[in-house]
Amino acid sequence: MGMGSDMYRQQILDHYKNPRNKGEMSEPDFSHTGENPSCGDTITVNVRLEDDGETIEYVTFTGDGCAISQASASMLSEKLRGLTLSELDAMDTDDVTEMLGVDISPMRIKCAVLARQVAQDGAKIYDGDIDIDETTTED
Amino acid sequence: MRTQESHPIDVGAVREDFPILERKVGGDIETPGEGPDDTRPLVYLDNAATTQTPKPVVESIVDYYYGYNSNVHRGIHHLSQEASVAYEAAHDRVADFIGANGREEIVFTKNTTESLNLVAYAWGLAELGPGDTVVLTEMEHHASLVTWQQIAKKTGASVEYIRVDDDGYLDMDHAAELIDDSTAMVSVVHVSNTLGTVAPVADLADLAHEQDAYIFVDGAQSVPTRPVDVEEIDADFLAFSGHKMLGPTGIGVLYGKEHILESVQPYLYGGEMIRSVTYEDSTWEDLPWKFEAGTPVIAQGIALHAAIDYLDEIGMDRVQAHEELLAEYAYDELTAFDDIEIYGPPGDDRGGLVAFNLDGVHAHDLSSILNDHGVAIRAGDHCTQPLHDKLGVPASTRASFYIYNETSEIDALVDAVDDARQLFA
Repeated sequence: MGMGSDMYRQQILDHYKNPRNKGEMSEPDFSHTGENPSCGDTITVNVRLEDDGETIEYVTFTGDGCAISQASASMLSEKLRGLTLSELDAMDTDDVTEMLGVDISPMRIKCAVLARQVAQDGAKIYDGDIDIDETTTED
Repeated sequence: MRTQESHPIDVGAVREDFPILERKVGGDIETPGEGPDDTRPLVYLDNAATTQTPKPVVESIVDYYYGYNSNVHRGIHHLSQEASVAYEAAHDRVADFIGANGREEIVFTKNTTESLNLVAYAWGLAELGPGDTVVLTEMEHHASLVTWQQIAKKTGASVEYIRVDDDGYLDMDHAAELIDDSTAMVSVVHVSNTLGTVAPVADLADLAHEQDAYIFVDGAQSVPTRPVDVEEIDADFLAFSGHKMLGPTGIGVLYGKEHILESVQPYLYGGEMIRSVTYEDSTWEDLPWKFEAGTPVIAQGIALHAAIDYLDEIGMDRVQAHEELLAEYAYDELTAFDDIEIYGPPGDDRGGLVAFNLDGVHAHDLSSILNDHGVAIRAGDHCTQPLHDKLGVPASTRASFYIYNETSEIDALVDAVDDARQLFA
């Protein structure tokens, strides 16, 4: 057994091997899918909202890809519960790396932030702020 | 204990010419070059992407900038004459290296991609139309695939792809079917940068020429790694890049048969490429200069000359033997594991690269872990996205070898792969 990687601490590998909230959702308030075409990472995020139409009640995801992208989606699905859509919208890259708890090398940032980007785009489409064509992720 | 193979090249002596191979990696990446936190010896196995640069090549650039830096072809002063003579001699050297007839057939470009675009735009836009086909292969690099795809859209021509079979070989029956009297161009990669397949380009040239079509050979992975003679393979066009054969970035070569290049109009216009200009019209300079508009790649061309001298000193036959030895060694070492899938032909019949996947570990995760071991490889689709779709994988991990690599570095790769296997188990 060698040195292992700083990027692959136990938490990342645990979320990759045992993803939380992975699966479809019946009747979500919104779902959105995005991919990193160059690496083949794909994430679909399904969100159900509280009656206020603003607070996130429950999140599931499905997808394929590298450990960083999938672990990030798993952790995000837990983190988003109870947040509002505007709090989701305010999440930046630093919030994602903080959530992951490891340094992400610059070439892998795209993988780390994919789930957050998909969730944000999905929320914006739900709010009618943007058209699907304007998203950086594709449905 | 693995047995050490004897290398066709004196790797120890060669490595002394490459200071970068001594460096360690793994620390801070904000400041280029080795820093105090860099602790892992570099194992550089990303040579299909770019090769390292030996001292004589770097020195040729230093000599140029310190000794005779000047623009070419326009000054009568001494420095300009020295630079012009050296720049023209670089064309002659390249011509000699690939068996061309002379400098008229050698155009310096930015890279292989630009060489392809030059022909696609200058020849393709003028000559292609509805009913014409351009025949490619399923293992084409995006440089060729995307370029011809777009030129076809502009001209109404269509693009067809020669099948790659399950063993990674071109289906030559399919090639014979596709290449017919509608075919205007056959554009094929000589050595696949993903599969390592060596395409039978001379046979493809025969098929093309029987239909009065041209053949364009993408030599990005072949010219650096084996003897390539344009007359032997009867290529109408051949393209390759300097930085994949010990040269600097920023220089590519387009070889074209003289009578064909004569018939093609310029691609870029400007200074250097004209003979006479009036407010109404212009005429073009002789070959190859009519395709080298503006101040050309002078330092890079001179450095490519030095790179070719270095390779010829070793001998391209031995370069090829060394590549093949390392490819077979890597293939054998990696196929010993059931959870590793290698793409392309068997180990004893491929160019010097091996693209593979470790079951259960995404190529990007694998390459990140290899990086922690100091092992530099490439992960992704290697600019062959449609081929990866065909293989049914989003990405692969590719180790590619060159004259300074040794089997012990492949052992380091295999050990690092094993670490990833343990981590993800």
